[in-house]
Amino acid sequence: MPDITENITSELLMINLFRENFATIVASEPKAITALRQKAIEVVEANGFPDTHTENWRFTNLDPLFHAPYRFDFSNQSRPFDIDKIFSCDVYDLDTFSITLLNGWYVYQNAPLTTLSNGTIIGSLAKAMEVYPELVEKYLGTTANIHQPGLAALNTAFFQDGVFIYVPEGVEVEKPIQIINIIDSAEPLMIHPRHLVIQEPASKLTLVHCDHSLTHNVSLTNGLSETFLAKEANLDFYKIQNKGHNSAVIHNAFFKQKKQSNLISHALILNGGFTKNIINVELEEPQCNTVLNGLYLVDSNQHVDNQLLVDHAAPNCQSEQLYKGILDDEATAVFSGKIMVRREAQKTLAYQNNKNILLTDEAKANAQPQLEIYADDVKCSHGATVGQLDPAAMFYLRTRGLCERTARQLLMYAFAGEVVQRIAIAPLRERIDQLVEKRLKGELSICDQCVLHCNTKEPTVFNIDVSKL
Amino acid sequence: MLSIKNLSVSIYGKPILKNFNLEVNAGEVHAIMGPNGTGKSTLASVIAGRDMFDIDEGQITYMGKDLLAMEPEIRAREGIFLGFQYPVEIPGVSMANFLRTAINERRKYHDLDPLSGAEFLKLMEERKKLVEIHSKLTNRSVNEGFSGGEKKKNEIFQMAMLEPKLAILDETDSGLDIDALKVVANGVNKLRKPENATIVITHYQRLLEHIIPDFVHVLFDGRIVKSGGKDLALDLEEKGYEWIRKEAGIEEPM
Ligand SMILES: Nc1ncnc2c1ncn2[C@@H]1O[C@H](COP(=O)(O)OP(=O)(O)O)[C@@H](O)[C@H]1O
Ligand SMILES: [Mg+2]
Repeated sequence: MPDITENITSELLMINLFRENFATIVASEPKAITALRQKAIEVVEANGFPDTHTENWRFTNLDPLFHAPYRFDFSNQSRPFDIDKIFSCDVYDLDTFSITLLNGWYVYQNAPLTTLSNGTIIGSLAKAMEVYPELVEKYLGTTANIHQPGLAALNTAFFQDGVFIYVPEGVEVEKPIQIINIIDSAEPLMIHPRHLVIQEPASKLTLVHCDHSLTHNVSLTNGLSETFLAKEANLDFYKIQNKGHNSAVIHNAFFKQKKQSNLISHALILNGGFTKNIINVELEEPQCNTVLNGLYLVDSNQHVDNQLLVDHAAPNCQSEQLYKGILDDEATAVFSGKIMVRREAQKTLAYQNNKNILLTDEAKANAQPQLEIYADDVKCSHGATVGQLDPAAMFYLRTRGLCERTARQLLMYAFAGEVVQRIAIAPLRERIDQLVEKRLKGELSICDQCVLHCNTKEPTVFNIDVSKL
Repeated sequence: MLSIKNLSVSIYGKPILKNFNLEVNAGEVHAIMGPNGTGKSTLASVIAGRDMFDIDEGQITYMGKDLLAMEPEIRAREGIFLGFQYPVEIPGVSMANFLRTAINERRKYHDLDPLSGAEFLKLMEERKKLVEIHSKLTNRSVNEGFSGGEKKKNEIFQMAMLEPKLAILDETDSGLDIDALKVVANGVNKLRKPENATIVITHYQRLLEHIIPDFVHVLFDGRIVKSGGKDLALDLEEKGYEWIRKEAGIEEPM
């Protein structure tokens, strides 16, 4: 365990750690990947980590996160285990192909790489680097911008494993693939999982990525995913986060879209101590669609920062960002959403909306919408609101006999509903709907077994039950 | 049933109701008329429990209890209903969900078992007919995208669902065409019972041709300046409000 002292900078600490463990980290990987790492660590050396003077990081201070006596697993410590022993998915009707990462490492339930009958390959990125080096090299690191202020460079230097998915041309993967990212460690743990998703033309995929913690220990996840959508590819992507208050998650998601591809992304943050979710979407070719939905429900002193960039680099694309948050206690939220429309991206339609409800005077939300438009024939709009529940609506509901608490819950639930309703997988939508309701009623907290996979089947007595009517 | 004594109400230090008095007994229909801005909606809001107004003086007793000490929802569960002049749009909250919650919270308060989904739907279908609502309300958000007339009908529909003892209808007639007005009036009349009372706020006499009041009060500058029978409404229709202003010795507003 490295000795972390206050007088050494976070950057230097990580750089030294990289040097010390270099041989282990690069052990069995293609040369090109090693070269990529070395470039990345040089970027960390040159640029350092973002601080509160860095654009898009003004309200999110990384530094304290690095000052814990972290453990690092530079080799796979997880043994094959029966996932059902610690989890049982209670999204009852959700039939998924599920894969698990334990402390950042792929858990070999059956095999490190599975090839479905339709040719889809699902498995460990570490293994994929061994078995399909050319495929991995062709894509890995090509959309993740290590020069962008943030921790993409750090992930690129340190990553060792994660999820690899390859969907061949024309293949529609029927079952959603569910990635369950678990942290279970007695000591503070830092991990750098890396995911690579390659979708060939006209392929279709639903990916559900769940972040959970099994213990209340301090952890820092600096994840990165790169997703490539070839012509006419479709991806419905969910990132569900329900973590303990002591966990910090930084995630850089990079998407590259080719002609007529569709991306729908849902970021659902039900709980999490510190969250920085960065999404970068590059619309490289015409007629792409991108929808980025987000919902964050935070309380106590949780902090959530969503940073989005949709880069319109080709004409006739359409993008929408809708992020909504409810903040209780002293929770803080940051939204920085940028729409970039390059000169050649004529006929762009791009919308952005961020809405926050503050339940207390101490809660704070910062919305920073940014439009950067270089084309002239475009339609773009953005809006941001930070406010309380509408007092007129509260009064109206109460005059019908609803108590203040129910009225508040109903309004919050409706507010969140706009995002929840966009979840296309019905069983998942219903489950999230219930979780949101429980969360808003204050009945949802992180339990030892994370809530999404909770074994306790609570009797669901809903006085607010839209589905049954 | 309702007794308002020496009520003075202000907002941000500006007096609105001034030494206001009103007695309403079971079985009665009271009409409150008066020009815009005289405090009619304020009165309705204060009875329903809106807390943005300051009660400077006076009491309101409802069914022998101190009304001003009750939260709005308790007033509602005790049988007070306010039909809003401007019903609030609440996106994302379905009519059915909201009303079922409202009815069941009220039933719980009165120690009654909640209505089942089926019982509730049956009641809803029955009461929709009363105000000639044909659309499926189940999947619509409260007042969202409703036309002016639909909103007013929806208020009476909610009243029909909640079966209040004391209904206060604030300008439920404004913005309605004659057919819709008849539907609304008809609905109100069908819901009348000897043990209930209604306060109809309006500034036209039109509605009072269909809902016949026992008493008509003219509100001017935060006070009742004249009370009479249903004929007073006709006088007002004919002569306007000016003569009352003069009779009451109220100066013209600036
Ligand atoms: N929220 C408010 N803020 C400031 N003034 C108000 C508010 N509500 C009502 N008032 C004032 O109170 C007076 C009475 O309003 P109201 O009760 O709506 O009259 P009416 O219903 O008779 O037209 C008006 O002068 C109005 O401007
Ligand atoms: Mg009014």
